[in-house]
Amino acid sequence: MIALPRALTLSRDDRPIVIAALFLVAILIAGTVYTWVRFGTAPLLSPTYLLLQLQIGAFLGIVAAGMMIVILISQIDLSTPWTLTAAAMMATAVGGPWAIPLSLAIGLAIGIVNGVGVAYLRVPSMIFTLGVNAVMRGLMVAHTGGYAPQTGATPLMRTLAAERSFGIPNALFVWLGVSLVIVLILQRTALGRYIYAIGNKEAAAYLAGVNTKFVTVVCFALCGLTAGIAGALLAGYSQKAYQGMGDAYLLPSIAAVVIGGTNILGGRGRYLGTLIGVILIVLLNSVLSIMDMPEAGRQVIYGSVIILMLLVYGRGERVTS
Amino acid sequence: MPGATEGEFLALSGISKRYGGVRALENVDFACGRGLIHAVLGENGAGKSTLIKVVAGVVPPDSGVIKLEGVAQRFSSPAAATAAGVVCVFQELSLIPDLSVADNISLSAPPKRFGLIDARAQRRRAEELLAEVGCEDVNPLLRVHDLPLSRRQMVEIAKAIGRRPKLLILDEATSALTSADVEKVYALLARLKAANVAILYISHRMHEVEALADRASVFRNGRHIETFDKGARTTAEIVQLMIGRDISTQYPSKPERPRPAAALRIENLCWDNRLQSISLDVGAGEIVGLGGLDGQGQKMLLLALFGVLRGVTGTTTVNGRAVRLASPRHSKSRDISIALIPEDRKTEGLMLPMSITDNLAIASLGNLLSGPFVDQGKERRAVDAGIARLSIRVGNKTDAVSTLSGGNQQKVVIAKWLMTQPRIILLNDPTRGIDVGTKQELYRLMRELADQGAAILFYSTDYDELIGCCDRVAIMYDGRIVRELAGVDLNETNIIASSLNIDTAAQAVASASATAHA
Amino acid sequence: MHSDLSIRLRQNFGFLTAVVLFSVVYLLYHVAHPKGFSSAVLVQNANEVFTLAMVSMAQTVPVLMGGLDLSVGALMTMVDCFASYLLVGAAGGTPLAIDLFGLHIALGTMPGGPSGIMLGIVICLAIGTLGGLLNGIVVVYGRIQPIIATLATGAIYIGIALFLRPQPGGKIDEDLNWALTNALGDFASTVHIFDDGAAPWFAPFAGVPTAFVLLALIALVVWVPFRRSVAGRTIYAIGSAEGAAFMSGLAVDRAKIIAFTLGGFLAGCGGVFLAIQTASGNADIPQAGAYTLNSIASVVIGGTSLLGGTGGAIGSIFGTLILRVISFFFRVFDIAPLLQPLFEGMILLAAVSIGALRMLRVRNTLESFR
Repeated sequence: MIALPRALTLSRDDRPIVIAALFLVAILIAGTVYTWVRFGTAPLLSPTYLLLQLQIGAFLGIVAAGMMIVILISQIDLSTPWTLTAAAMMATAVGGPWAIPLSLAIGLAIGIVNGVGVAYLRVPSMIFTLGVNAVMRGLMVAHTGGYAPQTGATPLMRTLAAERSFGIPNALFVWLGVSLVIVLILQRTALGRYIYAIGNKEAAAYLAGVNTKFVTVVCFALCGLTAGIAGALLAGYSQKAYQGMGDAYLLPSIAAVVIGGTNILGGRGRYLGTLIGVILIVLLNSVLSIMDMPEAGRQVIYGSVIILMLLVYGRGERVTS
Repeated sequence: MPGATEGEFLALSGISKRYGGVRALENVDFACGRGLIHAVLGENGAGKSTLIKVVAGVVPPDSGVIKLEGVAQRFSSPAAATAAGVVCVFQELSLIPDLSVADNISLSAPPKRFGLIDARAQRRRAEELLAEVGCEDVNPLLRVHDLPLSRRQMVEIAKAIGRRPKLLILDEATSALTSADVEKVYALLARLKAANVAILYISHRMHEVEALADRASVFRNGRHIETFDKGARTTAEIVQLMIGRDISTQYPSKPERPRPAAALRIENLCWDNRLQSISLDVGAGEIVGLGGLDGQGQKMLLLALFGVLRGVTGTTTVNGRAVRLASPRHSKSRDISIALIPEDRKTEGLMLPMSITDNLAIASLGNLLSGPFVDQGKERRAVDAGIARLSIRVGNKTDAVSTLSGGNQQKVVIAKWLMTQPRIILLNDPTRGIDVGTKQELYRLMRELADQGAAILFYSTDYDELIGCCDRVAIMYDGRIVRELAGVDLNETNIIASSLNIDTAAQAVASASATAHA
Repeated sequence: MHSDLSIRLRQNFGFLTAVVLFSVVYLLYHVAHPKGFSSAVLVQNANEVFTLAMVSMAQTVPVLMGGLDLSVGALMTMVDCFASYLLVGAAGGTPLAIDLFGLHIALGTMPGGPSGIMLGIVICLAIGTLGGLLNGIVVVYGRIQPIIATLATGAIYIGIALFLRPQPGGKIDEDLNWALTNALGDFASTVHIFDDGAAPWFAPFAGVPTAFVLLALIALVVWVPFRRSVAGRTIYAIGSAEGAAFMSGLAVDRAKIIAFTLGGFLAGCGGVFLAIQTASGNADIPQAGAYTLNSIASVVIGGTSLLGGTGGAIGSIFGTLILRVISFFFRVFDIAPLLQPLFEGMILLAAVSIGALRMLRVRNTLESFR
């Protein structure tokens, strides 16, 4: 047995990221082989195609960024679908220069409510955010009469979501901005340390003088904020808001975070992993649709890929004490 | 005698066990016979717990042979050991909190009817076993988490004898018991002894060992030093065997000083019927100890002083200013500057999977910022200083703190707090489970900190430590301070007497009424 | 000292609260309903409750272990789609075939008639059970956390459901539909027992909804024995203190697999009934998600703690009843359908926040961390 030099051995946090990246490449290769054999072309390797995938991925990516923060502190946010939708609907309803700030404010407000419920009332986040989701749905249904709102997205929303600058989709810049903020928080600020500490052992963080309740509220607020951003962008992309627009983002965002190596129980994970997880899911979806795979097959493959990747990451430890 | 192990019920030969770099057991030969109560003595870190874990099937030995009745055994799990007749009552309870007493007592092999658990038979069994340990008053329907700690321990013991052990191991089983329950356990052990059960008994209460044990073995630094029969050695000789050197050289000398002004003053502190009217002063430069039997409120007092408990009444004054401590964050703040070294370093003092650096810096991050960001340079310097000050042996600062030995882990906890420059330091049994060398370093450090002006409140379950380190010791019983000892009064006799204070009086009353009714 | 009764009352406080709450609300509902206290209303209510009750019972078991099953809705839907093929009940039998990758594979013929129906039901339940078993295997041998493992297996099940029924369709034997979605009298007359339902001693039972009887039967025959078995108790032990459970020699892995398998069986029961009730198979993804989330809500309202160790499936049934009765209420009081989701959401939020009141009394903050 040759002992690898330290630089070459992967830490427990890095391994999933490398494996996920390899899977990503594998999917690209599989898809390219398919298109080459079937059509004689390799569209998957064209920059146009890849940029388009990234643009679509931006929405999921922004939601996943917020979800990762909450998962890191051993919680979960199931209110993302209707937070996103509510932010989008109110933004389009109000229109004008206040549209985007309003969507952000709504996301932030809902996030704070979630945080207070979890941190101060100590209701398990699974069920509290579920309730908040139901309430937001109720509010939106009552408000819109059950139909999609008639008002459309503002020009700014459309520009940010659908247009390009310097040949790169603006949505990517937004995603990049969100990512930078998240990475800065997690790696360089005290808040980031507190987040990992709470996810590892909340009691120890508390006893070290960390204001765990406040940090929890901040984390949920950030998650709500990202949902609000994603809502505004999505409405811009589709030109309007519509019922159930956020439903498709909940489970994939959780999957992306976990595939990226973040432990679902909290306390460990790197943002780069979440990024790769998002791209992997988007790419997988796209490759499967190029293969003309019906929705049924896509679901089965999607579920199988998640299980396979988690198996490869290394199994969890058996609880013996 | 080491080596003469043939013919005994339990015979260990050449048992060794390492944990990372620590030799927990080193080539141990040991034997234990039926119908005898065999005490295992030694300091923390001497190897007693590891010995028990090996015999009870919790961990496999690295080398050596375990023989039961002459037959070599290899226990793959505690269940396997139980099946062979070796039952252990651990310090950490193995009870399921949300299940009832009856369920817990018959947890793994309950009486069945038509393939399902027979609740009535199970309850009857629980009642019988509870009666055997003298706890008939415990209703078997109660959930374990509703019971006080002492009762839980008794249920644990009832569960153990329900397995009809051939070898019963008790690992500090009496530490959580009320004195009434302790008597019941003594009676139970006497009955088991008469029934030819072999009993292994770990305790650091010398008076218990003297009263109960037929034989005693002393362990030190992972080695079996000596086994002797009851009465063959005096207490002083036993202690000498345990420590291997003269006691008085262990502790740094205490300065002769007039009593300083109180940095921390507590008046009439009460909480939830568990702390009653506590009044205490701790001066800057003083090391004040908290003593008494386990579970008399010492830990709760420290938590109260750190802001963890809600609903605390009474007055707490820090450096002359009355404060209402709302949270650890508040207690940590600059003008109050209290630090708490918590009871359980693995679940309260450290985030085990996180790096040594992260664990060291976590409490003082506020001081290591430049702008909104953590200043990596400042952090590095502060962490290095902390490691140097406590002489923590680390390989790589980015390694997880779980890779360190127990003693070094505790040093990380302490270093973390020293980085906040506290004026008042609370220590909750900091030397439990620490090796002797590190303990020495901690004693010196405490005295150093006191000399630099810190006020130290120090809870320990070890009388020697209290006597050796503290300027004064407050003995707690039932949530109150019953006595303060200082100077020549600070000796083991007084500590023990005060720890059992009320009981001695009660026993006197009980025996008086008994004779009256005779 | 504590008497047995007072202890039992205290321990089941959450559950009893749910029962009382449900009873009061349901009583009010019948009082307010124009056709209240009639068999027709009871039948309608029971039918609407059954499937969710089954899915909630399925969800209860993993929750008791401190985990979660995000695949219950999908599993139920998958069995629903299978049932739409297997419970057709045509007299000459139903031919079965798979179209996969352009190949047409004939699978034989599903027999018709009552024996065919029985066989079909058994196969459907077996499929549900297998799904649960797969969940258990992935969690135990894959050592993957239940929440994420079932998120993945749920996708697989919904995929299979979609494969079976890309569009809603299929058919259910009409007699089967009639028998199970009405009252016992109708059941008896369809199955030709008790004098086709006319026997005089049977009269008082004729109006009892069949779905209700089924629910009670499954709870009694499946859940109660499980609860009293060693495997069942091990589930509670795992949720309460997994380490201690293992140290005590309990077969933790085996119990986990049994737990998920049982959950699969119960979800399968729900799927079969849903197919029979709707007389079709529908791979409705949003509906599957809604069932999963509602099952979590039912479990919590019924008194089972998300941390594991306390609660039970009977409580979850009452949680379901409370959830459903609230929507019945809205219908009776003619609350604008647009406001119903809002009220449902607020009631759910209030219900789960009530448990928080207990937390406010905690005096040692350390105890509020897990």
